[in-house]
Amino acid sequence: MTASAQTLNIIGLARDVYKGSPTTLCAGCGHNSITNHLIKALYEYGVPPHRLAKMSGIGCSSKTPAYFVDRAHGFNGLHGRMPSAATGAKLANRELMVLGISGDGDTASIGLGQYCHMIRRNVDITYIVENNGVYGLTKGQFSATADVGSTLKHGGTNAYTTIDVCGLAIELGATFVARSFSGDGKQLVPLLEAAFAHRGTAILDVISPCVTFNDHEGSTKSYAYVKEHDVLLNAPDFIHAGEEIVVDYEPGTVQDVALDDGSHLLLRKLDRDYDATDRLGALRTIHESRTRGELVTGLLFVSGDEPDLCERERMPARPLHEYKEEELRLDRATFAKIAGGA
Amino acid sequence: MGNAAVNDFTIRVATVNGSGSQSSNLVLTNAIFRLGVPVAPKNVFPSNIEGLPTWYDIRATSRGYRCRTQTIDLLVALNAATWVQDVASVRSGGAIVYESTYPVSGLTQRDDLAYFPVPFTELAKAHVKDGAMRKYLTNMIYVGVIAELLHIPEATIEAAIGAQFKSKPKAAAANLEAVRIGSAYAREHLSALENIAVEPMTGATDELFFIDGNRAAALGSLMGGCTVSAWYPITPASSLCESFISLCEKYRVDPVSGERKYAIVQAEDELAAIGMIVGAGWAGARSMTATSGPGISLMAEYVGYASFAEIPAVIFDVQRVGPSTGLPTRTMQGDVSFVYTLGHGDTKHPVLLPGTVEELYEDGMAALDLAERLQCPVFVLSDLDLGMNSWLTKPFAFPEKPFDRGKVLGVEELNAQPDWGRYRDVDGDGIPYRTLPGTDHPAAGYFTRGTGHDEEAKYSENPDVWLRNLNRLARKHDTARTLVPQPQCEDAGHAVGILAYGSTHHAVVEARDLLHAAGLETDYLRVRALPLAAEIAEFIARHETVYVVEQNRDGQLYGILRNELLPEHIARLRSVRHYNGVPIDASAIVEPLLESKNQLAHAGGARS
Repeated sequence: MTASAQTLNIIGLARDVYKGSPTTLCAGCGHNSITNHLIKALYEYGVPPHRLAKMSGIGCSSKTPAYFVDRAHGFNGLHGRMPSAATGAKLANRELMVLGISGDGDTASIGLGQYCHMIRRNVDITYIVENNGVYGLTKGQFSATADVGSTLKHGGTNAYTTIDVCGLAIELGATFVARSFSGDGKQLVPLLEAAFAHRGTAILDVISPCVTFNDHEGSTKSYAYVKEHDVLLNAPDFIHAGEEIVVDYEPGTVQDVALDDGSHLLLRKLDRDYDATDRLGALRTIHESRTRGELVTGLLFVSGDEPDLCERERMPARPLHEYKEEELRLDRATFAKIAGGA
Repeated sequence: MGNAAVNDFTIRVATVNGSGSQSSNLVLTNAIFRLGVPVAPKNVFPSNIEGLPTWYDIRATSRGYRCRTQTIDLLVALNAATWVQDVASVRSGGAIVYESTYPVSGLTQRDDLAYFPVPFTELAKAHVKDGAMRKYLTNMIYVGVIAELLHIPEATIEAAIGAQFKSKPKAAAANLEAVRIGSAYAREHLSALENIAVEPMTGATDELFFIDGNRAAALGSLMGGCTVSAWYPITPASSLCESFISLCEKYRVDPVSGERKYAIVQAEDELAAIGMIVGAGWAGARSMTATSGPGISLMAEYVGYASFAEIPAVIFDVQRVGPSTGLPTRTMQGDVSFVYTLGHGDTKHPVLLPGTVEELYEDGMAALDLAERLQCPVFVLSDLDLGMNSWLTKPFAFPEKPFDRGKVLGVEELNAQPDWGRYRDVDGDGIPYRTLPGTDHPAAGYFTRGTGHDEEAKYSENPDVWLRNLNRLARKHDTARTLVPQPQCEDAGHAVGILAYGSTHHAVVEARDLLHAAGLETDYLRVRALPLAAEIAEFIARHETVYVVEQNRDGQLYGILRNELLPEHIARLRSVRHYNGVPIDASAIVEPLLESKNQLAHAGGARS
């Protein structure tokens, strides 16, 4: 390899281009790891920065779009309302690659409605839930993804049912649902690249420990707990479009997921019976593992058949702002028929 | 009986909601219009699909007034539940066409009215065989009765029916048949209607056509280049978006590829509807939503965001009666002060105040230009009266000007000035430059946020930076003052002025004629937008007294004037308010002004 091949990605950009401002989150925060994995995935996938729209809501997670790809446009919107803005942006310009960063409060509490409807519409977006089960910026209240029986740092036990954003997404008809862990870049980076390649809503629920408010004993979102209870369903390997697929595993142990841009996600099956294209099976696995106190990670479900919102709405590839007066206005004769004078 | 009212009368049709009287009323309205007589219809309907009372006033007006009147000349009574109050609503010397089974006794027995009993139910039963159609065709029978009483030629009725049922010739034939049943009955059984007449006119309706405000606004959005719309159904705004959908489906779809040059989403709520159009505006598409008061309440957070992050968006507020769910099918100018400062913190928005359907069309286009020029949400305040009633108007003008896309830096401009700053006030007008996502230039990107930011769009909590930004936004608001539609003013140097806005305009027009006849001359300034143009204070300064007329209880524009004008101007203002949910009529203005003139104790008291 030449020196430049080592430092430039497939569109000829250096990794530094994908960096952002320094983080202002706590040292050791899982979100910072996710940001680093994102930078790696964006770089490796070769996302053109000018086509990237980084969008987020409110919370610790939603600050992170400032920490990667400085060159791209960012939209740090309102609490729980990023999906609607992302929907509008995507409709306005189908060529944008929309990357949504949310948290568990932003998604599962204040933003649950928009989350559901984004999935229902199959908006083409990579949607990451940086899930730590706790409100960080307001100093440590439970979120709706906290497990029943988990405790707060300063006392208090969660009595209320947890909202599983993956199970919910699959139930709502999501076309790409994965769960991962901020500390597992080996799993997360290929999943992110596959999400970029997927056309439609790609949900990535990434458990991301909050070192300040939710990393204690009694938390089910701590580094220790996740490491102990993480059950890997499959080990993903992202293969770029045009790259040769070399499989050196036993037959039947690898699931090959063809993605919309011609790339592939190879899933090395760790659970022999798991089929990531079986919606009901995925739901059953999520429920059963939760009952056992396990946290299943990997690609939970994928389907490539459903049209995304822009396809359903017959949107042109051309950004809508490029259309000129004569393309958008009625001609004089038609106008006169509607507006009097004919 | 009074004098014959030729081409100046109002027919009130009282029916039960869901009985399908709308087509009959439109046919009658259209028939009178076809005789060259200006007509102003007003639909007063319930928040209900079937069963509650509904009224439709058809006002023939030789002078072309467009407002409601309280003087009802001819009543068509087809609702037993409101029979008593409907009889009471008719002016002395008027007439009543009614279902002959209704009792005429006590309160309903007036000796100053002419009574025309018609056995509508029996006629329908005898002549309309199709049971499912009977309910609808019963209403066409009254069209025939009225046509006969007013001597409207059958050919005119036939033409109006043809227009109403353009695409359904079979329905047109059945309806015409029902009309004939009514006119035959009237010919054979009813005496002549003596004091109300319609006669063909010339010159009063040349070129005019009917359109409702919601469709006019949708047409403005189409011609203004709106490409993204998101909305949540709400009365009385739904038909604005539905009109936009039907226009786009018809004219914005590529006939070969089927590709659409627009996107319209029925959102899950108004929070999402505004979020979508703000996202679209950020990404460069001209975008619009339409809603009413309850939807505005939900939109507050994204409107505040878009104002502070400086993102274009257009919001039509077709106002209905609040507070709360209020009266969803009645009209009010109730959101003026609410939308003007919608959002927490120091927030102010441009608000356009169209008074006619033509202005709704024009403001629909202007709002899209202003939103991109000023990079902020722009409101267009319509109301149920303007939005949902049919209005006679002159043809709309084809737009000759190109879109104003505002200050957008493309690749070429960025090559020339790669060190640009998103929130710098380069031109001194408070309006910064922006780039659109997708612009292929390394310097194009910036970070949009609702948090404190400096000129380079970086996060900042610095007090000086915050102050500079807020002051620039105030400067931008002052720039908006000069760019929004300017007031319409008629000033002949009288001592008394009237100041109004929106649909109240039409009652002011008639009121000024009536006041003139009563010996009180007035000047008139119609506010067309917020922020207040400089001309408004000048108009007030030239008059001893200026009556601020509006359709809300608290005098919302009066409040804004008091807030923003000098004490010597404020001292000249008197507030006149109308707020019972039905559109304002001339008497609501004439009475308080004459009272005031006659030196009766009156200091801007509320009317109901």
